[in-house]
Amino acid sequence: MITALALTVLAIVCGLVAEALVRARWPWQDPRPAIILWQSVGLTWGLATTGALLGYGLAPYGESVASGLVLIVTGRLPFEPYPSQGVALSAGLTLLSLLIAVMIVATVQVIRARRRHRLLLSLVGRGDPGVPGVLVLDHPSAAAYCVPGLRSQVVISAGTLRLLEPAELTAVLAHEMAHGRERHDLVALPFAALRRALPWSDLVREAQSSVDLLIEMCADDWARRTSSPRLLATALLRFGAAGGAPVPQGALGMGAENHAVITRVNRLLVPAPALPRSLRLAILIVSFALTISAPILWLIPT
Amino acid sequence: MDVLWAHSEALTAREVGKAMADRDLAPTTVMTVLDRLTRKGFLRRERDGRAWRYHPAESRDAYVAELMLGALDLTGDRNAALAHFVRSVSGPEAEALRRALSGLHSEP
Repeated sequence: MITALALTVLAIVCGLVAEALVRARWPWQDPRPAIILWQSVGLTWGLATTGALLGYGLAPYGESVASGLVLIVTGRLPFEPYPSQGVALSAGLTLLSLLIAVMIVATVQVIRARRRHRLLLSLVGRGDPGVPGVLVLDHPSAAAYCVPGLRSQVVISAGTLRLLEPAELTAVLAHEMAHGRERHDLVALPFAALRRALPWSDLVREAQSSVDLLIEMCADDWARRTSSPRLLATALLRFGAAGGAPVPQGALGMGAENHAVITRVNRLLVPAPALPRSLRLAILIVSFALTISAPILWLIPT
Repeated sequence: MDVLWAHSEALTAREVGKAMADRDLAPTTVMTVLDRLTRKGFLRRERDGRAWRYHPAESRDAYVAELMLGALDLTGDRNAALAHFVRSVSGPEAEALRRALSGLHSEP
């Protein structure tokens, strides 16, 4: 019972940390440790919530969450659970399988969408001598993106070539290549999947937006190592203001997106000092502690 | 595909090969590629005597449009398949960005 209680507390702590992270502004100063903290909070929350339910249900058996789960899956529980424990057990199992299933479905869908996208790109994309290694789509709207994968491909539209000055384009390409090189898509995917698993949760929605923004800031930071931040900022504004294609009204979370653009622009123009070393270390230690806490509690007999 | 898009009528494998004569491809290579594209749904084909005549299932622009739909993230749900530079906005918000941009340019 103590284990279930500890896991419950851990789940609540994760929720509180996530709340605080959504409101916090220091992650913008140093997106990378903040992203690591977000990942550990997300993983720990999942393990703690399911573990708390399972731990409560398994208490009469004297098994740990992990070993109890094995007994359930192999159908070797020694006796029927008591009613209240049974409810907790099935809730825990449902949530655990939901989270795993959503992750798998999201991954498969993303892989399929990318495969189709790459196939179409191979048919209609063209190279451009001005931008080696980048595929160009003949479309008047402005778009710049990266198709992540083992060999990430950066794509821009003809509209982008017209919209941006050459130096701005270089900055944008550096940004996109950072996405591909650092596999930011793998960071974003679990949060997008969690959002789909729990669409009603405001916190999950805000968490996804925060992580997405931090990922963009990370790529911005890479781009400004080689380009002037001001060029990246003007490219951002040009892109945002170009308004893409005729956008169906209300199809995008426009207010939030606009806010994100302005936030990134301000951050580029008025850079805040990086976090002190000690604080970064503290964030990493907290992330590490969170990440190992749930698995340890899963292994302790209830 | 480019050869087939450039022609309004359906072509046989031999005609496609002739149009790409500069590439010096074996006729079987051309046939294999056409066959694969057909199986993936990019080409349609009909019998013409002993040969197949191929024509594109969709126009080039239709495929570009499909890609741009994903590229501009207009598919509704914010998908995680692509990493965008920035999601575009429209209306008054785009106007605000435009003002910020001109403000930035007028600075020294």
